[in-house]
Amino acid sequence: MDDTDDFTGPGPDLIHARTLEEGRFAIQKCNSCGNHVFMPRVLCPHCGGSRLEWTPIDGRGTVHSTTVVRRRPEKGGDYDVSLIDLEEGVRLMSRVEEIDPAAVRIGMDVKARIVETKSGNVLTFVPA
Amino acid sequence: MSHQLRGAAAIVGVGLSGMPSAPERTAMEILAESVHRALDDAGLKLGDVDGLFTGSSYHFLPSLSVAEYLGLKPKFQDTTMVGGSSFVGHLLNAALALNAGLCDVALVCYGSNQGSGFGKLKTMSETQPYEVPYEPRYPISSYALAAARHMHEFDTRREDLAEIAVAARKWAQMNPLAFKRDPLSIDDVLNARQISDPLGLLDCCLVTDGGGAVILVRRERAKDFPKEPVFVLGCAGATTHRQISCMANLTTTAAADSGPRAFEMAGLRPSDIDVVELYDAFTINTLLFLEDLGFCEKGQGGAFVRDGRIAPGGALPVNTNGGGLSCCHPGMYGIFTVIEAVQQLRGESGDRQVANARTAVAHGNGGVLSSQVTSILGTADVL
Repeated sequence: MDDTDDFTGPGPDLIHARTLEEGRFAIQKCNSCGNHVFMPRVLCPHCGGSRLEWTPIDGRGTVHSTTVVRRRPEKGGDYDVSLIDLEEGVRLMSRVEEIDPAAVRIGMDVKARIVETKSGNVLTFVPA
Repeated sequence: MSHQLRGAAAIVGVGLSGMPSAPERTAMEILAESVHRALDDAGLKLGDVDGLFTGSSYHFLPSLSVAEYLGLKPKFQDTTMVGGSSFVGHLLNAALALNAGLCDVALVCYGSNQGSGFGKLKTMSETQPYEVPYEPRYPISSYALAAARHMHEFDTRREDLAEIAVAARKWAQMNPLAFKRDPLSIDDVLNARQISDPLGLLDCCLVTDGGGAVILVRRERAKDFPKEPVFVLGCAGATTHRQISCMANLTTTAAADSGPRAFEMAGLRPSDIDVVELYDAFTINTLLFLEDLGFCEKGQGGAFVRDGRIAPGGALPVNTNGGGLSCCHPGMYGIFTVIEAVQQLRGESGDRQVANARTAVAHGNGGVLSSQVTSILGTADVL
């Protein structure tokens, strides 16, 4: 088991946030069991390993589930909230854009991108 | 040999308050009123209580606030917080404490004035940083994602979910304490304003006031009280995630784990159960829990609830008080599954009484399908 007991320096949450602000999206991969991990953690939830290394995502994924959140037009209108399964084997919440939210389908292939918002960079998806 | 906790604790008092609504009264007042009624039901006094089990969205240190308000000095207290499932889980913790001799009279209690006092969800919940940027509406979008996935995998229809809301309303119409008692049709549910697809307004639980209290003692004292005792035959909890994006399988909840362990402790099977009380924060909950607890096969929940199967007169009485959808949902609903089950097993449920009910499931849900706690309750006949 390839482990580490060195827990100094910025933690995974801060590293992830900084990476995103630099315009990149990285997830962790466990050196012990080889599984990818998201959300960022100190310990691998699959095996307990502590050596988690950052790896950029390829950005390809599929919609695992989707909902249209209804919102009044004057407040911006309806929008999508989806759960995306990344090719690397992790799932995350995101939004599928550049398509009517009601047209987002489970199983749809999507591609990641980073968009700037008032509250910082976020990872969203568009149909692949 | 049966589990040492099977039937080790008996419920000898229950109390409700703040239903259908309690304007101008605080959460703690409503809680205390329900405690008064539960003690009265058991023929006990506040000073007899030496074990306190509670949870709250109002008090950061809930057992301290409740003990202070009621003037209790509990020998044992527990504030295990697994959302709305907490109070079902407190049955197990109370059984443990009673069985170990750490206390003699256990009080489980909850109160909320969410309906009159706030009008929206009162919460001390932290934000989820990896979800919040996408603005899911909490908690409904989480349940909507599970519902959409169930519809995708198993061809479950919105009409099936609507059937659950209609069944709950029909039960509520026979419960004088229920908040919503006007007629409800499948079309009403389908045509209601959509909130987070596929869930609409009438797929969602109510936001009401309400309080509940439950008194437990050790089995050997169970006969010493005015009402017929109801025994905790089995109880088990399980958890799979905190936020919906971390729920590995959106269509199988932790009830598939808690349920079998609770049934094993009770030495019973789903087919042995007379009445079922499930935490229905949303219509999809009822469907998922019927599957996960083994009342039907995975994926068959939609077909199972069709044609009034879980409504009054149907094959399986489910949520006989009207549930969180039509009876009450004061923020956290778990304790009301227990109280309705107890009243059914005592034969106290009036027009909605299930004939000869001797066994019941009271099942709590917490978080966003995150925590599941299953209890199996029964009369002395099945002890």
